[in-house]
This record gives sequence, structure tokens and C-alpha cells, in this order.
Amino acid sequence: MTFSRHPSLWIGLGATGVFALLALVSLVWTPYPIAEIDIARRFQGPSAAHWLGTDFFGRDMASLVMSGALTSFVVAALAVAIGAGIGIPLGLAAASYGGPMEWLALRLSDFIFAFPALIVAILITALFGPGAINAIVAIGIFNIPVFARVARGGSLTIMSLDFIDAARLAGLGSWAIAWRHLLPNILALIIVQATIQLSLGILAEAGLSYIGLGTQPPATSLGLMLKDAQSLFMLHPFLSLVPGVAIVVIVIALNLAGDGLRDALDPRLRRQGAPHAAA
Amino acid sequence: MHQVKVVGYLNPATCTVLHPPPCGEGEGGGGRTIRLPMILFLIRRFLGFAVTLFIAAAVIFFLLDLLPGDPARFILGINASAEAVANLRTQLGLDAPPLTRFFAWVGGMLTGDFGTSVTQRAPVAALIGERLWVSLPLALMAMVLSVAIGLPLGIAAARRRGSLIDTGLMVLAQLGIAIPNFWFGMLLALLFAVVLRWLPPGGFTPWQENPLAAFTSLVLPSLALALPQAAILARVMRTALVEVTGQDFIRTARAKGMTMGEAVWRHGVRNALLPVVTILGLQFAFLVAGVIIVENVFYLPGLGRLIFTAISERDLVLVRGITIVLVIGVTFTMLVTDLVYALVDPRLREGGQR
Repeated sequence: MTFSRHPSLWIGLGATGVFALLALVSLVWTPYPIAEIDIARRFQGPSAAHWLGTDFFGRDMASLVMSGALTSFVVAALAVAIGAGIGIPLGLAAASYGGPMEWLALRLSDFIFAFPALIVAILITALFGPGAINAIVAIGIFNIPVFARVARGGSLTIMSLDFIDAARLAGLGSWAIAWRHLLPNILALIIVQATIQLSLGILAEAGLSYIGLGTQPPATSLGLMLKDAQSLFMLHPFLSLVPGVAIVVIVIALNLAGDGLRDALDPRLRRQGAPHAAA
Repeated sequence: MHQVKVVGYLNPATCTVLHPPPCGEGEGGGGRTIRLPMILFLIRRFLGFAVTLFIAAAVIFFLLDLLPGDPARFILGINASAEAVANLRTQLGLDAPPLTRFFAWVGGMLTGDFGTSVTQRAPVAALIGERLWVSLPLALMAMVLSVAIGLPLGIAAARRRGSLIDTGLMVLAQLGIAIPNFWFGMLLALLFAVVLRWLPPGGFTPWQENPLAAFTSLVLPSLALALPQAAILARVMRTALVEVTGQDFIRTARAKGMTMGEAVWRHGVRNALLPVVTILGLQFAFLVAGVIIVENVFYLPGLGRLIFTAISERDLVLVRGITIVLVIGVTFTMLVTDLVYALVDPRLREGGQR
């Protein structure tokens, strides 16, 4: 896993790490308090005092990006956790039990595919009102069939190998086989998929917050910053450039890391899977 | 079509890459190949479509039914008498048990009656139909654009694999995938509407008034939607074509005297299109959602606007109607994709990965 052999992996991981670190730092420190409103200094361009300028309330954009990135990361990561937490057991069960269990798991994931994150978010918002939790649940539900398919697909090739038969002869049940033998073998696949879903989750969170179904003020996210910039972007395009570029850079970094991880962890996985757009 | 059948799948290796589950002999790839007659396949698919929709309708209905609050009270306001509210409840059919109301709703939809919006005082079907004249053309234009941009670029990149053009295109694709479509829309509006003043920055002229103006107001939004899709398509097309180009049947075609260009065009592209069809189906399904977000950027009076009004006014009949229409759109696209796939791919697939 040297840099020279996997440059995209290290560039991707590095850039992701920088943003993740900045996001974490925003918990304890930002250049300015993110809620600090100062109309006198609004719409300033980048300067020594405000590296990324100020927005229409005079809030420091660099601070907003740091804090917004945290929200975006957390939403996307929790959505991956939901998707993986439900999807992987589903996929493993489908592969190791087979038969009706497999049929059920496949139909279930087909069914969930009919509900893109946006539709789920609409339903939840109608039920409980808008909020970041909606985005997490909506994107998380969307992630379930993705992980189920990856887990099942990866497991099926392993199920045909001799050591699975050996495990059966040794008296292991389907679940034990899934847990002890399938899961460790498909972990590489899952890590790669998780990276991809993380980047899609960040895009989806941006989309949902942008149309008002996700993160709500006074909390901030990169998507919410774009929503705020919407009415002003013809006059002050800079306001939408900063969060937009931040999203693009984070997503590219995650995608590079995902591609790099795929190559580094398992060269056999080099074929490109179908990208799943979330929102 | 016979070329696809005869030439394409002689080599089982093609199968493992492009069609993971039902290929080759044995259970190596897992999954099940069911060689059903076409008519049985069609029946199964349509049944699956109907069952999915029925369950989806049930999920949507009962989720929204959980909602606290009384629609009748909401319509009449706080000062209405209990008697008036009770009357309206009866009139709206809210007194019936949930199951009865659910089947009334589903039965109504089968005859095109999606209920009546209480806040807009109009049939839901008419409200949605009106908005579909914006949203549907937008989605279709975006789809056509993404194919027109993505496929040729993918083919170009694959033909010159490893060249500067290939690298450049793939960097662009990487960028295209990472750009949120609505933000790209904002940038497009800035460039083409504010700086260059070529196209309107937003708003919509109805088709009946001025078809050309209606069309031009959809150009930028459809471009915004098409770009990320085109980037994904270009990548998939490139990968598929590169895989196919390495196959024996391309070498055979070369041996028969075709140039590489002819061989790739006659045999390669056709085979590479199979995975592309799958992705296209998925993409159209997600365009349905993307449209709603991008409509927001350009102030288009499409389904998106309708749904936000419905949510903020707590018009549940309308929310229900729009969500089921969106789900129908997505599910129907999946169905069409499967059918197209079955037509293009002679080995009918069932139960495998999409």
C-alpha cells in the first residue's frame, strides 16, 4: 500500500482526512462562532480576517464550512451505518440460508429500491416535520438494499468454496458460517462500498437540505449553505461557490479513496460497479 | 440481433464480468438462471410490478394515516363547531375504518381518481397531471442529453484507452459525478442567464402559450440534471467497452478482416450496451427525484413545487397522491428496464442482481 503504487488511494484518504479533521475541530473551535451575526461586515470577499469571506448575515464562511462539513459527514456516516447494519445481515442471510430467506431478502431490497431517499424524506417530513434526522433515515433506508446486494453478491462466490463445506461438516449452522466465514471475506467489498455510499450520502444530504427536507437552521450543513445562497447567488455568486466547491472536493476525495481502496484491497474487484445515486 | 446471440456469449468469461449471476455452467457465480418462455417472464414481471405497487401504496397510506391531527378540523379552522367538523368528516369519508379507506383509495386510483385535495380544492389527479407537463419533459430531456453526451464520450475514451483524451475524459467524469446537480444548475444559470443572457434564469412559460419558450426554459435545468448522469454513463460505457474489447469475439472479427474500429462498432458496442441499459434504468428512476430538486433552482412549477406546498399545508391527500405517483414512476422504470434487458439479452434473467 505504498504511495507510488496507489496514489489515488493516498490522495483521496489524505484529502478526506483533512476535511474530516477540520470538521471535528469545528466541535471545539472555529475561527468565529458560527452563529455570530454582524450585518456590518456581510458579503465580504476573502480576506486575512475571513479566509473565505462572509455571508449575508456577516457570518464567517470558513467557520460555516467547517461546521457544515461536520453535519454532512455525520449524516452520511450514520446513513451508512443504518444501511450496513441492516443490509449486510440481510445479504448474508440470503446467501447462507438460500431458499425462501433469499427470496424474501431479494424482494425486500427490490421493494426498497422503489423508494428513493427523496420520497422517504418527503414522507418522514410530512409525518414529523423537517430535520437532519430525516435525511439520516431517508439516506440510510436507501443504503439498505445497496449493502444487501453487495453482501449477498460477495458471499455467493465464497459459498461455493470448499472451506464452507468443511465448516458445514464441522457442524456450523448457516448463521455461524455467515458470521465466521462470509463476513470476514467480504469485508474488503463492504469497506469499498461504504466509502462510495459515504460520498453519495454527502451529495444526498446536500440535495435534501437544499430543498428544505434535511438539516434545519440554526444548525448548518453544506447543503443548507447552498439553500441560503440560492436567493442571492446571482448577486453574490461567491456565497454558493464556497459550499459547492467544498462538497465537490469532499466527494471527489471519497471517490478517489474508494477507487484506491478497491484496487489496493482486492485487485480482483477492479471492475466498476453500478454507481447508485441517492437523492 | 443475431450477432448478440451468436457472437456475444460464446466465451463464459464475458458473462462473469458483465452479467455476474446467471452465467456459464454450474453455480459458480451464484444466482439462478430461469429459462422461462417469454410470456411467462412477462407475466411474472408484471405481477411483481403490481405487488410492489400495492405494498408501496399500503406503506404510504398507513404511514400518513398515523399522522396526528384531524384534516376536517384543519380545513374548517379552530372556530368551527364540532357538528360542522363531524359533518365534514363524514363527507370526506374519514369515519370509515382505515382498511376501507385504503381500498377505496386504491380502487379510486385504478379508475384514475386520486382523491380531492382539500387545500387546493381540486382533484389530485388533475393537479399532478398539470405539473407533469413540466416535470416529465424535463426528465426526458435530461435523459436524452445524458445519453447523447455520455455514450459517445465513453466510447471515445475506451477507443483511446490510456491516452491523454481518455485520462482527461475520466477526470472530467470524476468531477461530473461529484458535482451536486442543483449546484451545477446554479452555475449554469449564472453563466448562461446572468453573464451571457442567452437563456432565461428560471420560470416557465406554459407549452400552450409558447412551445419554444417552454422548451428553452427547460434547457438549463435538463443540462444540470444530465451532467452527473452523463459522467456516470461515460464511465460505465468505457469500462464495459474495455471489457468487451478484450474478448475473443473481437479478435475473431479482426481475423475475419474487420478493422478494430469496425469490430468494436459492430460487436463491441452492442455487447457493452447491456450493462448500460441497466444503469440507464436506474438513472431514470433517480432522475424522478433529481427533477424535484433541480426544479427548485429554476423556479419551475413542477411536481416539486406542488409537493412542498402540500407538505407545508399538511394536505395529506395530495402528499399521498404525489408520493405514489413518484413510486409508480420509479417502479415502472425498473419494469421497463427489465423488459428492455430481456429483449436485448437473449438469456432471460431472473432473481439475479440488477
